[in-house]
Amino acid sequence: MPPRTIRGMLKNKLVLVGILSLFLSFIFLFLFSNFFLFALFLIIFIILLVYNFIKVSRKLYDALGTRLMLLATVSVIFLFFLLLLILINGSINILSDQSLSDLIFSSTWKPFSGKFGLFAVIVDTLIVTAISMVIAVPISLLSAIYIAEYAPKKFRNIVRPFIDVLAGVPSVVFGLCALLVFVPLVRDDIAPFFGSNISSGFSLFTASLILSIMVFPIIISLCLESFNSVPIALKEASLSLGATKWETVKKVIFRAAGPGVLAAIFLGFGRAFGETIAVSMVIGNQELIPKSLFGPGQTLASLIASNYTEVSSIPILASALIFVALILFVVVLIFNLLGYFVLQRASKRWKY
Amino acid sequence: MNRRNLEEKIFLGLMLASVFIVMGSLILIVTVIVLNGAPSLSIEILTQTSEGGFYLGAGGGFLNAIVGSLLLALPATGLAFLIGIAIALYLQKDFLKPGIANFIRICLDILWGVPSVVYGVFCLTIMIAIGMTGGSLLFGIIALTLLEIPIITRSIDESIKMVPSGLKESAYSLGSSKFETAAKVVRRQAMPGIIAGVLLGFGRGIGDAASILLTVGDSNYFPSSISDQTAALPTMILNLVSMPDQVVQNKAYAVAFVLLMIVLLISIITRYLTKKSSKYIIK
Repeated sequence: MPPRTIRGMLKNKLVLVGILSLFLSFIFLFLFSNFFLFALFLIIFIILLVYNFIKVSRKLYDALGTRLMLLATVSVIFLFFLLLLILINGSINILSDQSLSDLIFSSTWKPFSGKFGLFAVIVDTLIVTAISMVIAVPISLLSAIYIAEYAPKKFRNIVRPFIDVLAGVPSVVFGLCALLVFVPLVRDDIAPFFGSNISSGFSLFTASLILSIMVFPIIISLCLESFNSVPIALKEASLSLGATKWETVKKVIFRAAGPGVLAAIFLGFGRAFGETIAVSMVIGNQELIPKSLFGPGQTLASLIASNYTEVSSIPILASALIFVALILFVVVLIFNLLGYFVLQRASKRWKY
Repeated sequence: MNRRNLEEKIFLGLMLASVFIVMGSLILIVTVIVLNGAPSLSIEILTQTSEGGFYLGAGGGFLNAIVGSLLLALPATGLAFLIGIAIALYLQKDFLKPGIANFIRICLDILWGVPSVVYGVFCLTIMIAIGMTGGSLLFGIIALTLLEIPIITRSIDESIKMVPSGLKESAYSLGSSKFETAAKVVRRQAMPGIIAGVLLGFGRGIGDAASILLTVGDSNYFPSSISDQTAALPTMILNLVSMPDQVVQNKAYAVAFVLLMIVLLISIITRYLTKKSSKYIIK
């Protein structure tokens, strides 16, 4: 409860600050004639006055606070639809200029001659995402199981924070490493090994490699969380029936933690699908239907990063890029909803 | 019996191999940056702006990028925190019906999954619509705020879910209102989660390149007002890498090293603060 007596009010620091700022505002007005500072301190005083007034009445304080929280909540829903609306509104230009099937099924992307075919880019995006997930999912699941179930406690205590830190490493850092390590590796070793000798190293495969490494920490840390929440009695029951450790993992832990693992894979997919900077640094940035995995390409996200500089010289390009962003948004939307419904069904069926 | 043991052995081998691959590749990333970045660091490069031909191989440093990144990420994190904690507190079942709250959670999860480049395009669209070219600090802050709101909100929300309902009930029974309970009791109890969420958001904000790339432009000086263009660490790495000169390209590793150290520092601070603030929590 706010104090009501004068002595009590003086003990309140905010009241002191308020009186001080009123005092200062008069000093600035009369001694220095500085109107800006006068106004500033007067505003501080008024804000504090209003705040104290509101604080005195609990009902008002309560109502105001609740309304502010409601406002924030409503505004985030509003933001969600505003995002969708602005992206749709921005891509109307390109959609009225060219038909949707032209945009999606033609593969010539030449902004300077007004051609905005996205087919090649979409194919590249699917290839890169698919390869990176094929590499990342089994490896991260197996290592998550090892860390959660097999590893000695010491090892676990070192590895978990390490993985958490790496989940937060910026993508541009990953991209830089890929540039230094994976591009020469693909150019000199991997591509010749698979019989394509003219690869520059900037290729779809390089992008998939770095994406799979970026996805590791995400999938692993989420999987660890859901493995750890499996009740220990379930594991003990399985082990006491004579199952080996791996059989317990396969038949008990995977089922009990199934929804969490699925969610982790969906999240990893989203990250790989929308990753922009690391991909655009190593993919070669050419809008071609790939002839081999070791040739250059372009994903939807990296297309935006490598084309946005010309937006001011070609107005319709802006609209095309907004359309690409809309595709990204809608795909993420669909995948999230899909993931949500799969999870709902799975957690009903796999309840323990 | 033999087949089962064989299967066990095979899968244990596969697991060890994949742990080796994961740890190896992640350690490789960190070592590459540290080994290449640390030698090019100097006091000079950390304390000067890049006005004297930093991109051309002459002297100068990237202090303007460090300051720019902080000027982008700090206000964005502050704004996202204010909005995020309000939403997270309101999502409790004391205020909203669980059905509506879950709908909002799905929206937030979708927003979390949206690639950051989409937020960049969103701000770019608004910038084009109001006729602004080249970018500004303000739109960078807006893009980062949008990026961080779902992250911070969902992290705080998860920790608020853990607050025991007995605690809330005892606050109610002492006569405090819903808002007072949320703002005083629940907030204190969820403090470790709030700290972790805010620092997670800050780490994502300071390291994100795609949204910044489209919105802040570039500059060799400190930004003097909110409508100025500014440099930032992630965009500076991209600029340096695209330069033809090998010596200039190597400076990118120094910038990346600083960025990596900032991220590392944030995670150490998170661990320290969460440990410290969870001391007084009622279990």
